[in-house]
Amino acid sequence: MPILSLITYAPLLGVAGILALRLLGKADDPKTVAASKWIALVTTLATFALSVLLVVQFSPHEAGFQFVEDAPWFGGLHYRMGVDGISVLFVLLTAFLMPLCIAASWKSIEKRVLEYMIAFLILETLVIGVFCALDIVLFYVFFEFSLVPMFLIIGIWGGQRRVYAAFKFFLYTLLGSVLMLAAILAMIGISHTSSIPALLTYHFDPAVQTWLWLAFFASFAVKMPMWPVHTWLPDAHVEAPTAGSVILAGILLKLGGYGFMRFSLPMFPAASHMFTPLIFSLSVIAVVYTSLVAFRQLDIKKLIAYSSVAHMGFVTMGIFSGNAVGEQGALFQMLSHGVISGALFLCVGVVYDRMHTREIAFYGGLVTRMPWYAATFMLFTMGNVGLPGTSGFIGEILTMTGTYGVSTWTAIVAATGVIFSAVYALSLYRRVVFGTITNPKLDGIGDLDWREVAIFAPLIAATLVLGVQPGAVFNLTQASVDHLVSAYQSAIGG
Amino acid sequence: MDAKLLVTIILYGPLLGAVMAGLFGRRIGNVASQTVTTGFLMLSAVLSWVVFSQWTWGGLEPFTNVYAPFIHVGNFISNWSFRLDGLSAVMLVVVTTVSSLVHLYSWGYMADDPSKPRFFAYLSLFTFAMLSLISAADFMQLFFGWEGVGLASYLLIGFWYHKPTANAAAIKAFVVNRVGDFGFALGIMTVFWSLGSIQFAEIFPKVAAHAGDTWMFAGQGWRLMDLACALLFVGAMGKSAQFFLHTWLPDAMEGPTPVSALIHAATMVTAGVYMVCLLSPMFEYAPVAKDIVVGIGAITALFAATVGLVQNDIKRVIAYSTCSQLGYMFMAAGVGAYQASMFHLFTHAFFKALLFLGAGSVIHAMAHEQDMRRYGNLAKYLPVTFAVMTIGTIAITGLGIPGLEWGFAGFYSKDSIIHAAYAAGSAGNPMGYFAFVIGVFVAGLTAFYSWRVAFFTFNGHARWTSEDLEHHWHNRDHAHGDDHASHAEDESHDEPLADDDHAHGRGHGPVLPHESPWTMRLPLILLAIGAIAAGFLFAGKFIGAEHLAFWKGAIFTAPGNHVLAEVEAPWWLDQSPLIAAVIGLAVAAYVYILHEGLGAKWAANKGPLYLFFYNKWFFDELYDATFVRAAKFLGDLFWKGGDQKLIDGLGPDGVSAVSMEIGKGAGRLQSGFLYHYAFVMLLGVAAILSYALWAWNA
Repeated sequence: MPILSLITYAPLLGVAGILALRLLGKADDPKTVAASKWIALVTTLATFALSVLLVVQFSPHEAGFQFVEDAPWFGGLHYRMGVDGISVLFVLLTAFLMPLCIAASWKSIEKRVLEYMIAFLILETLVIGVFCALDIVLFYVFFEFSLVPMFLIIGIWGGQRRVYAAFKFFLYTLLGSVLMLAAILAMIGISHTSSIPALLTYHFDPAVQTWLWLAFFASFAVKMPMWPVHTWLPDAHVEAPTAGSVILAGILLKLGGYGFMRFSLPMFPAASHMFTPLIFSLSVIAVVYTSLVAFRQLDIKKLIAYSSVAHMGFVTMGIFSGNAVGEQGALFQMLSHGVISGALFLCVGVVYDRMHTREIAFYGGLVTRMPWYAATFMLFTMGNVGLPGTSGFIGEILTMTGTYGVSTWTAIVAATGVIFSAVYALSLYRRVVFGTITNPKLDGIGDLDWREVAIFAPLIAATLVLGVQPGAVFNLTQASVDHLVSAYQSAIGG
Repeated sequence: MDAKLLVTIILYGPLLGAVMAGLFGRRIGNVASQTVTTGFLMLSAVLSWVVFSQWTWGGLEPFTNVYAPFIHVGNFISNWSFRLDGLSAVMLVVVTTVSSLVHLYSWGYMADDPSKPRFFAYLSLFTFAMLSLISAADFMQLFFGWEGVGLASYLLIGFWYHKPTANAAAIKAFVVNRVGDFGFALGIMTVFWSLGSIQFAEIFPKVAAHAGDTWMFAGQGWRLMDLACALLFVGAMGKSAQFFLHTWLPDAMEGPTPVSALIHAATMVTAGVYMVCLLSPMFEYAPVAKDIVVGIGAITALFAATVGLVQNDIKRVIAYSTCSQLGYMFMAAGVGAYQASMFHLFTHAFFKALLFLGAGSVIHAMAHEQDMRRYGNLAKYLPVTFAVMTIGTIAITGLGIPGLEWGFAGFYSKDSIIHAAYAAGSAGNPMGYFAFVIGVFVAGLTAFYSWRVAFFTFNGHARWTSEDLEHHWHNRDHAHGDDHASHAEDESHDEPLADDDHAHGRGHGPVLPHESPWTMRLPLILLAIGAIAAGFLFAGKFIGAEHLAFWKGAIFTAPGNHVLAEVEAPWWLDQSPLIAAVIGLAVAAYVYILHEGLGAKWAANKGPLYLFFYNKWFFDELYDATFVRAAKFLGDLFWKGGDQKLIDGLGPDGVSAVSMEIGKGAGRLQSGFLYHYAFVMLLGVAAILSYALWAWNA
């Protein structure tokens, strides 16, 4: 059974279902709208079930690609799919977050609901496709097309400045992807193959590597995002609907890190080694700079968006440390950040749905009306500051430790991030949740309802379970990471 | 029962209690929440004493019980485990004893609080984290406990979340501790990369061979063990509120008083001391780091004592006293007398928890007034509190009978520290003499500020009136009429005196200070017994003839380290701490009993030294003017200057301004730019395909 293709295209069945509804009934009929939500939810849940099945069947001790599908496509190209310990993790993360996004949009999306659901389902297909693709052309197609639904989600269902935000998002991403496209062309031209497994063992000339690395870097750095090409992210987050932010922070940002691990590091090891100081510098600038900026924000979502950039700084640092501790930390940090920042954006969504503002000064004293919300928000705030016992800690300590082995200066500067994150995250929490209610509009605000509890429960469980039992992830990733690290180390003569 | 099973129950019982009270507190109610948390803590305390007795008298050997893996990545291996040795056995009884008594005490102290389940859940959660810390067999579990107690401390300092001062103090505590953790984390990384492990049992045997290696850090070569220990000690400075990183502890007094007793006096703040003692196999090979420990400890002891001399808030005085006593412990550890350090930690837990809870009893009686200038003559109304506070004061000031060599707890432990410092000095370490001089001098200051608290509170004329108390209670009722589900208590220390408007004690009868209920008196009495007996009962085990058999290798002393041994010294040197303490007592008695009002007169003069001490050497002002303002300035600069002007101005906004012009007339964004984008992308795909075809065919 081609399980990867099944997982990838399963969401399209939901799309077909919604389109059929649309043909049968009116788009604004409440029954049609409700049915479309259920179709989307069931489809994403089924996809998640399939991805769990995938992980269960995955053999963690093999370093190579598994569940490989390979069919001639056209023009000499091949349709190749497969996962290893690195990508299987992201398939699971994507499939895990999607149903939560659908549920989070249940009430807050009121216009063009059918189209919205279709956009999310297509997005899921494309993103899972990115992680499963084993052909570089196929990868590029999924990678690029995944921007379209995200672009629409921000541009259509976003806030007041959605046009500006969507445009900024588009501009940055286009810049990166044009360069990546050129690099892909060149790689195929040089190696005469578009197969990722073959490219992974191909030795590019070091001089060529430099150019290819830079081109891929342009694309992935924007995606991460790394300083100084990060400014599209806060705007995109602020304007995106809640579920859009969850997907953006939870999954789309991971495309950059995944790209670095899948392409840059193993295919261009000499260039990666050469550019490590650049990456380290940009990473620690991101950690310090964006943490300080986050501290001064007046908008809850913007603050969390800036904190995302800071956290991604740990990821890039860990990836280019080139040792197992750093790589595992980077992978774990991406997974954990997907869960925690997704949850934080959902926390913002909870109060936004009730009050329709994200201004920090509007709130204060929520704990007196929303004790369960306060507890939930506290847990994810602690995850965000990397408190041991939550998943946030594991990624931070491992990426820092991995980096220390290569550059103590980088680790020192990055470690200041643990101070800054406490400053901005706790002061946000204090201003929004603690204190007494001084704004009369908040008097009637209600605590989490059952739908919201059901959304947060799996995220809470993931944060805590991964925080005390991170081995669940390391078991999956270990063989592939060890393979990656030993290949990289032997390539750079380390 | 098997000791492995016992320690498991000791460790996880409090967690279970915390989860039950925290998640189901509203459903099961206040009494059930209090009972379940206190019950588990009592159980832990009893079992801890069983384990401790087996350790001390029953021949129990050290062991490590592994429960589950934590982090396993390459050599970076950590497990969830319980390490029992001499150090953790001592800490077990300290933590669970004080914690269970504080749980019980809180039944009375927090009786009127509407959020009792939450309070008890936090207390138990703290205890679990603290037990994880002391029982760690590797740096990661240690770090887990380390930050876990920090979380509990943060939650409990900010327990009355409606008070802005409490929220600010909570954040300050967390952030300052994070500054310490910054060094701590780098220390762990240094150990990991130099010795290849984070497990204590694997690290310690390798230390001797690698201590002198040159280690590159921040672009410079360092002596490995000095670097690692100094970095780790930064963590200890944060947790134990040592000089430079001490500013959070006095503010932490915003939390309820039982919390101050448990976390900010007896247990959590001693974690730094514990860590240094635990890592004695490393510190013994780090002479420079040890000197830093002595120096910081001595400065802290002196600094905090000078500030404590002039504060008027009863809890703040005791907080500075804690800070100062922790300085003593570090002095001991730094000169190599880890045993004396642990002994002082042990005795201090009893008398300092006693002093705090006693202060809580006074505060409770005085309708939450904390300013000692409004106390006076309370011995008459609070006989039990007066008695136990006097015992605590004797214990902390280290009074004893010179000829008999008998005294209360502090007499043994403080003297042993001062003697060890002298011994280190006479063995050729100048830092030893430094610590000795500071130690003796601060013993005098300690006596003065401690007796000042006692005399100011319990003797002299009453500086309060029934009307004051009635006024407080009236306001308390008024505050309750307000439907905010929050505790209307104010442990404010701010001047002026007159604005203390929240109070406590509805329905407590006549308007006179009243002795506390038995739930509060019983812990006081038990701790008073500890403050009397902890010294003479255990001196022989901790620091005396039997110390090798007691510690069973948990504390390592390098071959040249003999600071615990008796040193020849003139009699006046031996008795100097006691002499200093008596002088301090005499001065306090002169100022606060014989010439009542003299102290107030001195304060009113506002001499420069007084202002310097009163304003805590201006540390808060200094840090505000530097770090806090710099962070705000840079944050704004990067945001508005960097992101908005520079990056966006040159990048997307500049380009988009141009493109928007071109794009005008292309219709709405959703259609216009999307088409452009899709078009470019399709072009790209087409180009790849063509090129690929060409390449293969060629």
